[in-house]
Amino acid sequence: MPVARVPSFIFLEEGRLIDMKVQAAGPDASTSLTREKVKKNFLKKKTADNIWGFVFIFPQLVGLICFSLIPLILSFVLSMMNWDGFGERTFVGFENFAAQFKDEEFKIAVINTAYYTLLTVPTSIVLAILVAIGLNKVRGKILYRLIYFMPNITMSVAVAVVFMWLFNADFGLINLYLKEWFGIEGPRWLTDTRFVMPSIALLSIWMGLGFGMVMFLAGLQGISSTYYEAAQIDGANKWQQILHITLPLLSPTTFFVTIISIIGSFQVFDQSFVMTSGGPAKASYTMVFHIYETAFVDFTFGKSTSAAVILFLIILTLTLFQMYISKRWVHYED
Amino acid sequence: MPAKGFRISTILLHAALLLGACVMALPFVWMVLSALKDLSQVFIVPPKWIPDPFVWSNFKDSLTALPFGRAYFNSFYINVIVVFCQLLTCSMAAYAFAKIRFPFREPMFILFLATMMVPGQVTIIPLYLLLKNIGWLDSHLSIIVPSAILNAFGVFLLRQFFKGIPKEMEEAAIVDGANRWTIYFRIMLPLTKPALSALGIFTFLGMWNNFFYPLIFLNSPDKFTVPMMLNLYRGMYATDWTLMMAGAAIALVPVLIVYIIGQRYIIEGVTLSGIKG
Repeated sequence: MPVARVPSFIFLEEGRLIDMKVQAAGPDASTSLTREKVKKNFLKKKTADNIWGFVFIFPQLVGLICFSLIPLILSFVLSMMNWDGFGERTFVGFENFAAQFKDEEFKIAVINTAYYTLLTVPTSIVLAILVAIGLNKVRGKILYRLIYFMPNITMSVAVAVVFMWLFNADFGLINLYLKEWFGIEGPRWLTDTRFVMPSIALLSIWMGLGFGMVMFLAGLQGISSTYYEAAQIDGANKWQQILHITLPLLSPTTFFVTIISIIGSFQVFDQSFVMTSGGPAKASYTMVFHIYETAFVDFTFGKSTSAAVILFLIILTLTLFQMYISKRWVHYED
Repeated sequence: MPAKGFRISTILLHAALLLGACVMALPFVWMVLSALKDLSQVFIVPPKWIPDPFVWSNFKDSLTALPFGRAYFNSFYINVIVVFCQLLTCSMAAYAFAKIRFPFREPMFILFLATMMVPGQVTIIPLYLLLKNIGWLDSHLSIIVPSAILNAFGVFLLRQFFKGIPKEMEEAAIVDGANRWTIYFRIMLPLTKPALSALGIFTFLGMWNNFFYPLIFLNSPDKFTVPMMLNLYRGMYATDWTLMMAGAAIALVPVLIVYIIGQRYIIEGVTLSGIKG
């Protein structure tokens, strides 16, 4: 039976009409009427869904357009302009980008950020794998996991304030115990250009370890125990099992965590802002710090946005790379 | 019997894990204990861990030294609004993406996923200029509205959950002629309580801890959120360690409470966020 396509806005009314008809026919009306009703309801639904779908995503879609898409497009536009936020906007093409690459501060920011990444990512991944393997089948796993993950969810500003004291050269716990236990005169952690980035990296490793640990624990859950049983039969010891089964099978997780960690470390800001204000002598001046300072201290919005776009391109490349590789991995497993 | 060797390795493993757990927990312990100290005890060498006497008034002092109570109130009410709005709007969008067929559904979902890759620092300047034009700078609207109606991760998280709910659950309702809103609100939403809790906790923690947006959007100290106020503290009372530790402890209390209550959800959510890759 052909069913006419009716505009969806009258569906509600019609639905009620059908209901009334069924009721009028009485409870023991023929089943064909009920089936008709079901069929109609489903067809109505299909057309109505076209509208309902948009209704349901409407708030988030507005948010997406206003607070993500438009700002992103404007980022690209603004990065090619010269603007202090008040006066004339002049189109300058790629001049801002060229200026960035000549800018001494931008260079420092990129080098510092890369250095920070190098200090944090490998160490935290190795530590996270070790902790995850250690925790995987141990008693009290939940309690350990609770403690190890705790720094991950705490407020970076509060934690930075606490670590400012721990790192304090004269009264900080670290230096006091270095002297007390080992007789070492500790470095001036946050005021020495050589030590400030490692100090911030130390704080970040402490904060970020939990994330990697949780990811690796999930990865370990995915490794079938049959591999280990087979290896045991072959007489492989614990270390051989870790080296030849756990680590290779964990490699997709390792790759994912590495990329996510690199992306995160390119966004480092809070710690250096609170603990050192980018100092001493710009030794903890990072890329986001550069964006912040050129925009909201110097008010050179165009220039600042060009740095933001560069940051975006770096992160985008990393993300696409990660997606490409993980797709290939999934393919290999088939 | 291999039991003995097994036991020794277990003891070693626990020793290593305990040592690690101490390193993870000690900064928090030190913070709380120091918050209870007299300032003169702070500079004792070797460091004294247990306060003597306990100076509870540090907490009161740190709350009154700056309008910390005000910042607390600001953070709380902003969080309540944002969490509520996000749970509603994210679950609506997630339900549509998971269960309703409509034109351009897939491309739009990919668009949502794509924006998850755009870090906030990249769009901050246009966003700042946009908010400035609407006149929302230095107003809590600048913090509330963008977060309240945009969380692509939330949409993704809940969509995964909705996808797992069998079709039969809503088919009966469709047969009965219930409309989509009724199905979503009366049938699907109650089923997603665990995922909603996870998202609520994530949003709460993210908003409570966020420093970057308030730093750029807010100017007046009476509008500051907790991390902003704590940073102001750091600038003004840099040498008054006990007061700063009390401030940091007060700032962390809600986070730790939420964490301990919801740790299962948090860890599940973090794990899920990794599976998308």
